[in-house]
Amino acid sequence: MTNPMNDLDARIEFMRENMANMMKVTPWANEMGFEVSRIEKGHVWGVQPFREHLIGDPDTRVIHGGVITTLLDNLCGMSCGTALKEFRFVATLDLRIDYMRPAESGRDILAEAECYHVTKSVAFCRAWAYHESRDKVIATAQGAFAINKPRANVKKGDQI
Amino acid sequence: MTETQTRGQQLEGFLKQVPIVKTLGMHCDIKGDDMVGVLPFQNKLIGNFTIKALHGGAIGTFLEMTAMAQLFLVADVERPPRTINITVDYLRQGRAQDLYARATIVKLGRRMASVRAEAWQSERDKPVAALLGHFLLGGAGEAKA
Repeated sequence: MTNPMNDLDARIEFMRENMANMMKVTPWANEMGFEVSRIEKGHVWGVQPFREHLIGDPDTRVIHGGVITTLLDNLCGMSCGTALKEFRFVATLDLRIDYMRPAESGRDILAEAECYHVTKSVAFCRAWAYHESRDKVIATAQGAFAINKPRANVKKGDQI
Repeated sequence: MTETQTRGQQLEGFLKQVPIVKTLGMHCDIKGDDMVGVLPFQNKLIGNFTIKALHGGAIGTFLEMTAMAQLFLVADVERPPRTINITVDYLRQGRAQDLYARATIVKLGRRMASVRAEAWQSERDKPVAALLGHFLLGGAGEAKA
């Protein structure tokens, strides 16, 4: 049993091997330019480099909060993929972000997300964004994700 | 900002300087003290290619920006408001179409404001996402890292 679809350890291994290319297939994540840096069971880490085109305040040159929303939403979704026994697509139900302090201009933002509870149809996640460590967070997030039922015959570009 | 500019013109001038607004490709259709945020569809906004759905982060960023813009339009502040927190409910899949959003100020205090925003596509009564956000007004000093 080493099928990444229904074997969690095999899937985590598969995700690790493809870590570098993972965000390239998600256009908006690719536009943000963040990367996944580490994957464990139910826990994912990422890095959002500072980029000029993501600035939300031209005076302070701080990255817009929405970039952190994207980063934490994406990492939370991925953390579900490292927690569910069988592979399922997940969809964000809701996401709350608290901004503790502004990010510093010019610095990379580190983030991590944890899928801490899974039921039959919902996965619960929390996430953190910071420059150095979780002791000094920029933002925290909490979200619920709907676990989609397996869809056998989804074709590319299908409207569901 | 000159005295002769309306609040709407000030907002438009500010939005033009914000890189993330350009990256998203959004604009605001301003009518006096009211406005609608418009996010024309682009491939780069997609989060899931297999189902051609907009990325939740792109929708969230757009809603937050719309809420901030509406707040800037009605509140007497010099600086753009700072976000304290946001909660985004994802109600329907965002399809590969233009997205619109309107924000309502629930409470405008002296230091803080509470704002709701809703995004929709082809049907106004079928919202794609809804945001509730709390913002700090005119915290220029505090915005410095």
